[in-house]
Amino acid sequence: MIRARGLVQTFSTRQGRTKAEVRAVDGVDLDVEEGEVVGFLGPNGAGKTTTLRILTTLLRPTAGTATVAGYDVATQPQDVRRSIGYVSQAGGAFSGARAGDEVVDHGMLYGLPRSVVEKRGKELFEQLDLPGLWTRMPRNMSGGQKRRLDIVMGIVHDPTLVFLDEPTTGLDPQARANLWEHIRALRERRGATVLLTTHYLDEADALSDRIVIIDHGRIVASDTADNLKAQVAGDLVDLEVADPLRLADAAERLVRLVDDERSVEVVDGHVRARVPRAGRAVPGLLRELEASGITLESVEVRRPTLDDVFLALTGRSLRDADHAPGPDGAAAPPVPAGTPTGTPTTTEGALR
Amino acid sequence: MSGFLRDSSIVFRRQLRMNLRNPAWVIIGMLQPILYLLLFGPLLEPLIGQFGATNAYTFFVPGMLVQLGVFGAFFAGFSLIGEWREGVIEAERVTPASRTALLAGRLYRDLLQLFVQALILIGLGDLLGMDASPIGLVLGVLLTLLLGGACAAASNALALTTKSEDVMAPVINMVMLPVLLLSGILLPMAIGPAWLERASDFMPIRHVVDGVRASFAGDLASSGLLWGGLWSVVLFALALWWGTATFRRENA
Repeated sequence: MIRARGLVQTFSTRQGRTKAEVRAVDGVDLDVEEGEVVGFLGPNGAGKTTTLRILTTLLRPTAGTATVAGYDVATQPQDVRRSIGYVSQAGGAFSGARAGDEVVDHGMLYGLPRSVVEKRGKELFEQLDLPGLWTRMPRNMSGGQKRRLDIVMGIVHDPTLVFLDEPTTGLDPQARANLWEHIRALRERRGATVLLTTHYLDEADALSDRIVIIDHGRIVASDTADNLKAQVAGDLVDLEVADPLRLADAAERLVRLVDDERSVEVVDGHVRARVPRAGRAVPGLLRELEASGITLESVEVRRPTLDDVFLALTGRSLRDADHAPGPDGAAAPPVPAGTPTGTPTTTEGALR
Repeated sequence: MSGFLRDSSIVFRRQLRMNLRNPAWVIIGMLQPILYLLLFGPLLEPLIGQFGATNAYTFFVPGMLVQLGVFGAFFAGFSLIGEWREGVIEAERVTPASRTALLAGRLYRDLLQLFVQALILIGLGDLLGMDASPIGLVLGVLLTLLLGGACAAASNALALTTKSEDVMAPVINMVMLPVLLLSGILLPMAIGPAWLERASDFMPIRHVVDGVRASFAGDLASSGLLWGGLWSVVLFALALWWGTATFRRENA
């Protein structure tokens, strides 16, 4: 569906008298198969939106080529535009116009007859939980309603490929969860291929078949969320030891489970390490600790999050890189000692 | 081409619908020509002999017409900035519609507004005793529409280039002042000193004002009408090209 090679976009910015060239996109290769939902993840300013604007023909790349829905973005922009839907960060419905009018006019610009667009638009209003809002102005809608209206506008011409630029930024958790359902339905109900950008890890994790991580205009990783997490070499096992004098003993037991003993940390009454296949290893570890009379206050087993992946790939945490407030910062609740940990536990708020 | 007409009329209908829903836009638009004519026209009546003309309104209405065309159209771009900010322009640019149609649909609205204002102005002028040639009226309105279209296109282009009301407002003011002073809209340049008249030769809109005046007066064979027509066409073509170019490469 999408095949991009060596995309480069440079902007010149002026600071005082000196002109500086900024490479917003710096050699991006990207492949998206038909029917895939791909999450394009990166901090603000990483080049997500610029890449999207190139792929949607809004921006001509400084260098590189891209084929979208079978057409070249540089030489066949009309055909590309006909085949894709794009929901930008700003939306697309004017706040002071009626929602239904905006949808109909937008659809008609794709060459569809008014009656067809009106029928489809009204169906989509039902499907996306906007009943009775056809004549309402967007300025009188809630953030979530407005965003769903933007999506209706983006897909009213029934495109096979949909681009969503930061679809849930600025929404409260409930509206986010609701919008996720509708984004999932794009593929399930319509069979659409979806490329969405986000700077929320949990969003990329929850929605995408595959995650492409971009940083400083370059793709630093592209894989399924599970495979990306597996690269972080294991699950985090955190033992809270009741008796500080036994910390070293506990650490010694944990070292046997890891490949690299330097990775075992002892901090503040806790012993931590990344353990491959922790689900299998931990029950044995707990029995051993019990047999040696080491009492634990708590045991936590945490699957690596995409934040860990981002940290491993770039040396920075996505949250630090970003400054945007995360949807939640709550750590996973500690697992009571002795609980079977074979199933993956929460991935830091990723599953909402 | 039929695609172009269809696309631009979709954009036009959308713009018109939004404007008509705003009563201030309608009332101010209609009131403007009436106020100019009723509050400024009487000041000219006693002076008209000195301008080498006989009928104050035949002389004054063309100036007002061009003024409405230029000044109303200069402000057309401001509404575009609001639309751009809300992502409307980007949403339109991602459709297969022709870029020129996106601009043209907006120009239709501005031209319709100008046309209605022109009708009010001419109708009222007629009541007040204007004595203009019918063919001249048609030609004069045509020139005005071309010039108004040029100014509206330029204003839209400027809006998409600056993307900020705060930057755009001073630029428009800076352009409007010399236009007002050097075009002979209110008073003819011919009554001023020679150096001022020479300076006004470099103001294209002055030639359009002269052209509209000549055509209202019935001097259809005059060089004034020729130059006015030429300049209107040139300005319109240039502004349309600029406007389309900004819609094409606009970098939101």
